[in-house]
Amino acid sequence: MAILVGKDTRVVVQGITGRDGSFHTQLMLDYGTQVVAGVTPGKGGQEVHGVPVFDTVAEAVAQTGANASVIFVPARFAADAIMEAADAGVQLVVAITEGIPVHDMMRVMAYLKDKPTRLIGPNCPGLITPGEAKIGILPGQIFARGPVGVISRSGTLTYEIVSHLTAASLGQSTAIGIGGDPIIGSRFIDLLKLFNEDPETEAVVVIGEIGGTDEQEAAAYIKEHFTKPVVAFIAGRTAPPEKRMGHAGAIISGGTGTAAEKIAAFEAAGVPVAALPEEVATLVKEKLGR
Amino acid sequence: MKLLEYASKEVFRRFGLPVQEGKLAYTPEEARRVAETLKPPYVVKAQVPVGGRGKAGGVKLAHTPEEVEEKARHILNLTIKGVPVKKVLVTEAADIAHEYYLGVVVDRRNNQPVIMVSAEGGVDIEEVARTKPEAIHKLAVDPIWGLSDFQARQLAFRLFQDKKKALKAAGIIQKLYRAFQEVDAQLAEINPLVETPEGELLAVDAKIVVDDNALYRHPDLEQMRDMDYEEPKELEAKAADLSYVKLDGTIGCCVNGAGLAMATMDVIKHFGGEPANFLDIGGSSRPEKVIKAMEIITSDPNVKVIYFNIFGGITRCDDVARGLVEAFRTMEVKVPLVIRLTGTNEEEGRRILEESGIPLHTARTMSEGAQKAVALAQQAG
Repeated sequence: MAILVGKDTRVVVQGITGRDGSFHTQLMLDYGTQVVAGVTPGKGGQEVHGVPVFDTVAEAVAQTGANASVIFVPARFAADAIMEAADAGVQLVVAITEGIPVHDMMRVMAYLKDKPTRLIGPNCPGLITPGEAKIGILPGQIFARGPVGVISRSGTLTYEIVSHLTAASLGQSTAIGIGGDPIIGSRFIDLLKLFNEDPETEAVVVIGEIGGTDEQEAAAYIKEHFTKPVVAFIAGRTAPPEKRMGHAGAIISGGTGTAAEKIAAFEAAGVPVAALPEEVATLVKEKLGR
Repeated sequence: MKLLEYASKEVFRRFGLPVQEGKLAYTPEEARRVAETLKPPYVVKAQVPVGGRGKAGGVKLAHTPEEVEEKARHILNLTIKGVPVKKVLVTEAADIAHEYYLGVVVDRRNNQPVIMVSAEGGVDIEEVARTKPEAIHKLAVDPIWGLSDFQARQLAFRLFQDKKKALKAAGIIQKLYRAFQEVDAQLAEINPLVETPEGELLAVDAKIVVDDNALYRHPDLEQMRDMDYEEPKELEAKAADLSYVKLDGTIGCCVNGAGLAMATMDVIKHFGGEPANFLDIGGSSRPEKVIKAMEIITSDPNVKVIYFNIFGGITRCDDVARGLVEAFRTMEVKVPLVIRLTGTNEEEGRRILEESGIPLHTARTMSEGAQKAVALAQQAG
């Protein structure tokens, strides 16, 4: 089962003729993802790694039946690209692009409000259902299929924790990087709901960081509604306030969004928070009684 | 990017918000000369990128240009929350009948701008939010439609009984929202909005935080970046597409990815060490970026050991290794270096490092590397 992406997902790559778009199209194909189309306005008719390129997403969808999109276009055009995909009826849009202005993202979210499209990201590594398909830039080789759902605001920290899970024979159902920006399409709580319904997922790892209140809201949801064991990790315990720690969303402002606040919220919801990345796998093992 | 009061007021003035006359001064003499062009009484205000300046004695009233000079001398000698004051704003003083709060902020929870107004102005609004949340009136704005005049009026009538003043305040709220939207702000705030005994409304303090990701649309604002308080190394890093934040510890960190970089700092602390910095070399780590990172880390005199923690994804371990070898060739590295290198092309990366013969302490895991770095930092005293 897994969630959101699988072997039947048909992907269109927006920005396929760019350096990153082209490179990761190849890696996605190598992994087994069905990349059926690419879009670069003005370059329709070309091919990239054997994938046909179209001028518009609407055309790509009409010609190839694409039902998911991954966006590699530069930041100043990325908000428009997300809306174009939603307008074409694409169900899942994954925005890898980093640095989209927050006002652009507010307009995007307002635009998406009445549409069935689910957005992952921006500024995220994408998502993967091991052994079936990956959409984005995650390194496929560190993942293995299994019962653990992973949701993370980070990229490489996800790889770090997943590599420990895989080494401990705890494979993943689906792993999703939701992005490090203040405004993102899907939050912990949205994806927890999907994992709750997924019979293959037996436990979930939540990887959060300083800034905002998404972790606190996730903790409240877990306490009330989530039926499976959850283990958390929070990056930024030692981060100073008012300093942006790389991610646009990772900033402690006005005394809120601290790691301590988030850890307390998870612990109050019965979710253990690992002090070190490698402890996540140990805690998941304990929770699953393996 | 945070704009200081004087710069925020300059932006607000462009949008027609009521801001008093005033000018920036770097010396007490300059402050006196500014005062000579204004009407007394005056206010001298420290321009620093931290809050709480009033309590720290950074805001003073003066009645003559001579007194302005004296007060400016005192303020320019202050250090507020660790930041030495480098400049002051000299403005005309306002008589205060009442203080209000007006702010527009990006509400990341609901993905839209929120306007907040309160009759409890002039104090820390977060404190009001904690102790008296009912005193803050909020309105979510549709980012596509923008703020309608009737919405601005609804807010204003919650603050003012007097109809004329309420309508005036509605105009101010509308202009504040326009400023917020047009400069791509994450926060635009007037605190306090002062009502004078004559019924005038004045933006006495101002704060704007501009979204860094949108600065490409605002070259005029980029020029307002406050070079007096920016950490020079942080600017240097930014120019090289590195994300660097200086801290006070002894272990210089170099990591790929912001989340992993934060976690690396946490793990160092967990094992009893103190990170000297946050440094994210980002995704595609060309060797030049690694060299620049080494330059920045080694220029910090507190650094006693360097810890490279790389989990290759898009970042290729061989690129990092090549950059390190080149860094050791071109600069004198006087402190020990611990490296944990795993992921994409790790074998190739390790081989390059081994063959180069540069002195390294290697680690298999993030925690092992952190423990080694902490031990080496302690040995160095």
